[in-house]
Amino acid sequence: MSTIDANAVNNIAHLARLAVDNKHIPDLARDLTNILDLVEQMNQIDTQGIEPQAHPLDAKQRLRNDEVTEINQRELFMSIAPETEAGLYLVPKVIDAE
Amino acid sequence: MHTKTLQALASALADKSVSSVELTEHFLKRCREHNDNLNSFITLTEETALAQAKAADDARAKGNAGPLTGIPFAQKDLFCTKGIKTTCASKMLDNFIAPYDATLVTKCQDAGLVSLGKTNMDEFAMGSSNENSHYGAVKNPWDTARVPGGSSGGSAAAVAARLVPAASGTDTGGSIRQPASFSGITGIKPTYGRVSRYGMIAFASSLDQGGVFTQTAEDAALLMNVIAGFDPKDSTSADVAVPDYAATLNDSLHGLKIGLPKEYFAEGLDSSIATIIENAAKTLEQQGASVTEISLPNTPSAIPVYYVIAPAECSSNLSRFDGVRYGYRCEAPNDLEDLYKRSRGEGFGAEVKRRIMIGTYALSAGYYDAYYLKAQQVRRMISNDFQQAFNDVDVILGPTCPTTAFKLGEKTTDPVSMYLNDIYTISTNLAGLPGMSIPAGFVDGMPVGMQLIGNHFSEAKLLNIGHQFQQVTDWHQQMPEGF
Repeated sequence: MSTIDANAVNNIAHLARLAVDNKHIPDLARDLTNILDLVEQMNQIDTQGIEPQAHPLDAKQRLRNDEVTEINQRELFMSIAPETEAGLYLVPKVIDAE
Repeated sequence: MHTKTLQALASALADKSVSSVELTEHFLKRCREHNDNLNSFITLTEETALAQAKAADDARAKGNAGPLTGIPFAQKDLFCTKGIKTTCASKMLDNFIAPYDATLVTKCQDAGLVSLGKTNMDEFAMGSSNENSHYGAVKNPWDTARVPGGSSGGSAAAVAARLVPAASGTDTGGSIRQPASFSGITGIKPTYGRVSRYGMIAFASSLDQGGVFTQTAEDAALLMNVIAGFDPKDSTSADVAVPDYAATLNDSLHGLKIGLPKEYFAEGLDSSIATIIENAAKTLEQQGASVTEISLPNTPSAIPVYYVIAPAECSSNLSRFDGVRYGYRCEAPNDLEDLYKRSRGEGFGAEVKRRIMIGTYALSAGYYDAYYLKAQQVRRMISNDFQQAFNDVDVILGPTCPTTAFKLGEKTTDPVSMYLNDIYTISTNLAGLPGMSIPAGFVDGMPVGMQLIGNHFSEAKLLNIGHQFQQVTDWHQQMPEGF
């Protein structure tokens, strides 16, 4: 059985880039542990030699011709962004100035 | 007027006894009247609907109408609609105006369907009760203290209350069939890849499939003729010929072999529902089918496997919501990481965050083989069970859900108890099979659905069986009081 404790919740939340309120951590730890308990029921199944199934019809990736099919819609796409300037998406400064 | 099927409305439009504008105004009025009670719509698009209706009437006057031109329809708010708010019932996308149309939406428009609006749902399609919506829960029109099912609960409630003749849905683990069952209507989830996923906001890409809710199997066939087909814009779209789904509706059921999986009648199934499904099987036998017991031995593993694969795919798909290019952004981020974390932490609801975290854990270093790879192996065993069964039978019949609609709030405190409700629907998504739920009876005044499962690309057969069943039963004609 995997038990998800507060440290594990914080670690997973960081990997998933999710801010989690401290007061929700105990509930999350309990819920995630319960879900993993459910998931781990599959460990009772012997899967020796079974090929994993990634696609329900075992389809292969289709290739297309290397042709341009999309038109440039930068202004339309950027019109719904939270913050832009001069055709660029704005985010907080990543590199500190000296 | 609103009790008529899509087929009957199409006839009324064709013989000009009603116009599309009249129909659209009638259904919009019903939507306005009942939405405060049911909460089935997130957005009503009255102006564009009336413009589409006017265009439909003009096309008909010029002799350019197709079979469904001018019929009102509703889109689950998971399908991108150009210039119209597309929220996925999430705070994350509360301000999102889609810059393009989903292929399903384009196909509906090309067929002349009139979209009345965008229906409520569980956030990002994650849920079985429609209680996980940023815009509040949807109520079941049969009993407004109960859930309509989910995730496509708004579409199901709207069709059940006859606010719209038909609506789209999506189904990742039962999100069309379960709400169809809970709401007393017909719902079909086609074969994986049958309907384009282009412009469907992705949850679990190897499981997601679009479909429809209607009153009857015949109506579902008419809509399958609109939405099915290959789409080069969806790399997993199936390049397989599309039949005329209406052409085989009247085929005889003589010689049809139906299998009842014994695992679908095991512990956990409400005994009254078991009786209803057994009676439905008897009805089909009287229509010429033969019924045998079959086994799908890996059924108990379906939910455990699903809660690895669906969250893993969701954690990957939902990484696109970063507060940078579109959607919600937190106030005054300190730095880039704070922007990501708080935009996502504040923008996503509790269930979405739980699934992202489970998926992130299952895919994290050191756990991949134990969870994701193992789940994919069991997934193949579940698929193999079905293929084994289809050596002996043409279709599989069983209950859609173990119970009728549960009460609002009944399962919200325990995610696992909510998950267990999808025991009979999840396997078909894992195996990519088509499934359909149609009304088969009532328990204590609440509707019960029966589920038909076919082999890949056998939608026409499921619709044929559903239509034949609906010729000799009237469960699908019942509608809730007060609407």
